[in-house]
Amino acid sequence: MIHRTLIIARREFAAYFGTPLAAVFLVIFLFLSGLFTFNIGGLYDRGQADLRPFFQYHPWLFLFLVPAVSMRLWAEERRTGTIELITTLPFRLGELVVGKFLAAWGFTLVALALTAPTWLTVIWLGEPDNGVILSGYVGSALMAGAFLAVGACISAFSKSQVIAFVSCVVACFLLLLTGFPAVQDFFSGWAPRAVVEAFASMSALIHFEALSRGVVDLRDLLYFASVIVAFLFMNALVIDWKKAL
Amino acid sequence: MTALVETRDLHKRFGGIHAVRGVNLRVERGEVLGFLGPNGAGKTTTMRMITGFLEASEGSAWVDGVNVALDPLRAKTRMGYLPEGAPCYPDMRVEEFLGFIARARGYRGAELKARVERAIDAVNLTLVRKQTFETLSKGYRRRTGIAQALLHDPPVLIMDEPTDGLDPNQKFEVRALIRRLGKDRAIILSTHLLEEVEAVCTRAVIINRGLVVFDGTPAAMDALAPAGVKANRLDHVFRQLTTSDVPGGKA
Repeated sequence: MIHRTLIIARREFAAYFGTPLAAVFLVIFLFLSGLFTFNIGGLYDRGQADLRPFFQYHPWLFLFLVPAVSMRLWAEERRTGTIELITTLPFRLGELVVGKFLAAWGFTLVALALTAPTWLTVIWLGEPDNGVILSGYVGSALMAGAFLAVGACISAFSKSQVIAFVSCVVACFLLLLTGFPAVQDFFSGWAPRAVVEAFASMSALIHFEALSRGVVDLRDLLYFASVIVAFLFMNALVIDWKKAL
Repeated sequence: MTALVETRDLHKRFGGIHAVRGVNLRVERGEVLGFLGPNGAGKTTTMRMITGFLEASEGSAWVDGVNVALDPLRAKTRMGYLPEGAPCYPDMRVEEFLGFIARARGYRGAELKARVERAIDAVNLTLVRKQTFETLSKGYRRRTGIAQALLHDPPVLIMDEPTDGLDPNQKFEVRALIRRLGKDRAIILSTHLLEEVEAVCTRAVIINRGLVVFDGTPAAMDALAPAGVKANRLDHVFRQLTTSDVPGGKA
């Protein structure tokens, strides 16, 4: 089962590097991540050895970049017709869904790993709390995973990658937005406290920020894990449902 | 003899369109069944239901005794499938692609290599084995598609227009291959070329508007043509059965 999932993951992972997508994505990600961290976030001006400015912009960076990774997962298979090939090979649906997700996640983890020089910079300049930084990376990786699961599920609906991209950006924006101050304020004026808190607890932003501050709470980890599992499950349902259309 | 492929009262509805309306097929070992019909008659849809890519609205499909809807995983190991248009991943090299298929079929190590080599040999892909799919001609794409379908030596082969886009030499080769493969397995191939029926098929099934309108040997099909028709006799029968503008045809 795991072996068969990895057969899919391996092919998908290689597919990213078979096109210019990988290079373009990595360059843009690293460029923007550097721009936000050093120029806009002012890492040097703060006089503090930490990576707050670096992680602070990750939700917004991922919002536009992660859907670009997930949009092709199923939409391209539908457009080229290879979906017919892959779904008639003896794979379980779960192996296909998880394999594709793992490949996309692995690819974004490569991108994250390439930001290591930023970490090395603050280690060289001062004495950062490496535990906090590690927790920030875990948060970023989980948030990317959640966005990818949402994107993979959306990609399964359409054969157009553009539609998959745009819908995924909106969906991920909403996932972040439930914790946005404007939305929180809107609810806190009249809604019962429990409702406000329920909405806040569904926000990817709030769970991410806790992790990026170095607070590793099991609830935050569980939150991201459940978003990933829920959307991958829906992804499988969509593929199965399309079969009966 | 038990049939390697069997469909029982297969139906498919797409929204309000009743695309396949009760197709019953039996294909035994050693048979090459030519699946004919005008565009949109339901050939591809029927094949997709047999391979499990589409779910039947009603009825069932059986491959080597396995119900495709109830045990899809086992059914899929018993058949090779060339989908319409021979789709393939554009950035993959031919041997890389066949290696992926071989892994998906459960082969590893030396056995995997041997399977890939044999598939490459069977359809003469040696010259292009290092090329990516997007750089291949239509003929080579089709042959790569055929190679992946027969890689695991399945008892059942389903091929949607296997010779579409091939030049006359390639057609000749692929037909010879199909005849050879057909000796000890069950093959269903769809085609628009009636000459292909005479060249490779042991049986022909004509489907029109989702219904089987003919099921018999190519000779029996030929016998339906009036004695006065000298050339293109199968064409005549085909038109007679699938249109209403030929005398004696039905709507």
